[in-house]
Amino acid sequence: MSSDIPNSGHKPDGGSKQPKASPASRPKFWNDPQKRSLLFQTLLIASLGFFFYSVIDNTLTNLEQRGITTGFDFLTQEAGFGISMTLIDYTEASSYGATFVVGLLNTVLVAVLGIIAATILGFIIGVARLSDNWLISKIAAAYIETFRNLPLLLQIFFWYFAVLQTLPHPRQSLEFLGSFFNNRGLITPAPVPEDGFGLVWGALVVACVASWLMSRWAHKRQDLTGQQFPIFWASVGLIIGLPLLMFLLAGAPMSIDHPELKGFNFRGGLTIIPELIALWLALSIYTAAFIAETVRAGILAVSHGQTEAASALGLSKGKTLRFIVIPQAMRVIIPPLTSQYLNLTKNSSLATAVGYPDLVSVFAGTTLNQTGQAIEVIAMTMTVYLTLSLLTSLFMNWYNARMQLTER
Amino acid sequence: MKKTLISATALMVAMSGTAMAGTLETVQERGAVQCGVTSGVPGFSVPDDKGNWKGLDVDLCRAVAAAVLGDDSKVKYVPLTAKERFTALASGEIDMLSRVTTWTQTRDTQLGLNFAGVNYYDGQGFLVKKELGLKSVKELDGATVCVQSGTTTELNMADYFRTHGISYTPVVFDTNDQAAQAFDSGRCDSFTTDLSQAAGLRTRMQDPSSVGALPEVISKEPLGPVVRQGDDQWFNIVKWTHNAMLNAEELGLTSANVDDKKANSTDPNVKRLLGLDGPKGKGLGLNDDWAYQIVKQVGNYGEAYERNVGKDSPLGLDRGINALWNQGGLQYAPPMR
Repeated sequence: MSSDIPNSGHKPDGGSKQPKASPASRPKFWNDPQKRSLLFQTLLIASLGFFFYSVIDNTLTNLEQRGITTGFDFLTQEAGFGISMTLIDYTEASSYGATFVVGLLNTVLVAVLGIIAATILGFIIGVARLSDNWLISKIAAAYIETFRNLPLLLQIFFWYFAVLQTLPHPRQSLEFLGSFFNNRGLITPAPVPEDGFGLVWGALVVACVASWLMSRWAHKRQDLTGQQFPIFWASVGLIIGLPLLMFLLAGAPMSIDHPELKGFNFRGGLTIIPELIALWLALSIYTAAFIAETVRAGILAVSHGQTEAASALGLSKGKTLRFIVIPQAMRVIIPPLTSQYLNLTKNSSLATAVGYPDLVSVFAGTTLNQTGQAIEVIAMTMTVYLTLSLLTSLFMNWYNARMQLTER
Repeated sequence: MKKTLISATALMVAMSGTAMAGTLETVQERGAVQCGVTSGVPGFSVPDDKGNWKGLDVDLCRAVAAAVLGDDSKVKYVPLTAKERFTALASGEIDMLSRVTTWTQTRDTQLGLNFAGVNYYDGQGFLVKKELGLKSVKELDGATVCVQSGTTTELNMADYFRTHGISYTPVVFDTNDQAAQAFDSGRCDSFTTDLSQAAGLRTRMQDPSSVGALPEVISKEPLGPVVRQGDDQWFNIVKWTHNAMLNAEELGLTSANVDDKKANSTDPNVKRLLGLDGPKGKGLGLNDDWAYQIVKQVGNYGEAYERNVGKDSPLGLDRGINALWNQGGLQYAPPMR
């Protein structure tokens, strides 16, 4: 690189010599835009820092003056209240910190279940909405217009108070396949793994890895030879078959815990509380209506020429949808789909209305009230929702990047 | 939930600002007392068919308004859930809380609150369906119990069942109303709350006669009005409003005879209470006739009790331990002199 080109402003500065300005012509620092902006930015950061410092300091001083306890010591204190559904071991003797974890896990549980169900239902309804069959398309339209336009809280109340609480008392439970359905929820026999069940999990992992390798091999082979391999059914067979085989080989290391009616309620088995069912149904059905519209928009965004070209090549309708339309529609679908997932997660905080013990009900509810430390508790709760939402966005952005068209 | 969040944010804002003005000045300037009440507990605070708030707790709000502003109707009622109440008070959203609130050490010392007295001595009990034929709380092993979130009730139940080795599943609701409704529809085997509230909520069930209370009373629940810590003047006003209602009952002053007594009574106790003599209103920063206004417009404690929860009400509760001290109860007010 030559060094005698005059200062162009575009040159990489590695080792190149700049013609020096004489000290007399150097501008005052307030006339130098770079230094001036540096000064203003420093001032802005300093004043922001001072603002937040004084807000926090003032808050702490005033809280102390009012005799309100502050700090996070309460997290280790004994909670002393019961929770109806916990995914970890929890008793009244557990700490307030444990109530946080219980609430967090319950929130994550209902959000994940809701996202899965809403996605499946939403895709089905969305595709059905575009069906050539008049009846199917109108049913899908009626579904979307009904559930999208009713407030979510009302739908939760509907499922909880109108549907689930009209179920019979435990003594008159509806019974099917060893499970019981009554106004205390769905009580099913619970599988209890015994020694040697770990092998089955191992087999499942092996099967998953094997089907991934197989799909890579099949793609490569198709690229090279054009021969197709029934990858989907082969994977299904592998993922179900291998663990099942291992399970039988290990001598069926699992017992079943059957529920039994004793006293007031069923003992044993696995109880899915009606609050969870109501919330899950309402969240899934409500969000599915929005996802269906997103899916419809995505599919309509794929130009009709693509479908015509596919049918000219002799692809069946199902294959056209699977290989031509959906992959291209996904580009349009994913960003709004992410918003729906975020909405569902945040809407799960309506749990408190029907007594489902989610984070807001347990931690920002009972724990807040018992300890009175509103600022700490609300800050922690907000951090959780923020983190959950950011993680969802992060994942969906990654997935979106993968689904983008690769230009060839 | 939303209200909690708003209150918590308001608390943050309020706390990060500089000191607040005195509550008394704020109330006088506004021309109304903002009083936190329940979202509907019959007998304590519930709106009637015309939308007017009625109840024992409501009468205390009215009494404070009568004492401070000379008009018992100058109250703005703010219905709050149990979860929202303390944050709402601490953030300045309300001036006083009169909402079946149990006086406990934690609340009094760690939440920045002051309890200004006890206007109802209560205890926690259990409601069950009579058809189950239960005789004792100890027979509730394995039961599902509906309860309101954020109350001492939730903790008392956990303690009691734990010490007696009884297993149970709590189902926690935002309001007592929802919990009672869930119990009524069969979601729970039992519903637990303070007995006075249970009596009120029972009247709203589909078939009140099919529901009964178990004999055990598992806790002490002194319910009373609450104010913010750090404003002694306002604390005194609420405290002495309650005391004036008790003393009025003790002296036989009622809303009906107070004008007559004011004109004719020679009893020095009556004259002091009515502000004709003695400490008057100066120490409280109120008019001299503050207690007269309370008795005239709201009545004494006994009147408030009987018309809201006692024999003149659908609840029909006996005075029991809420009778005056000289009639075998616990209600005892320091003398006004």
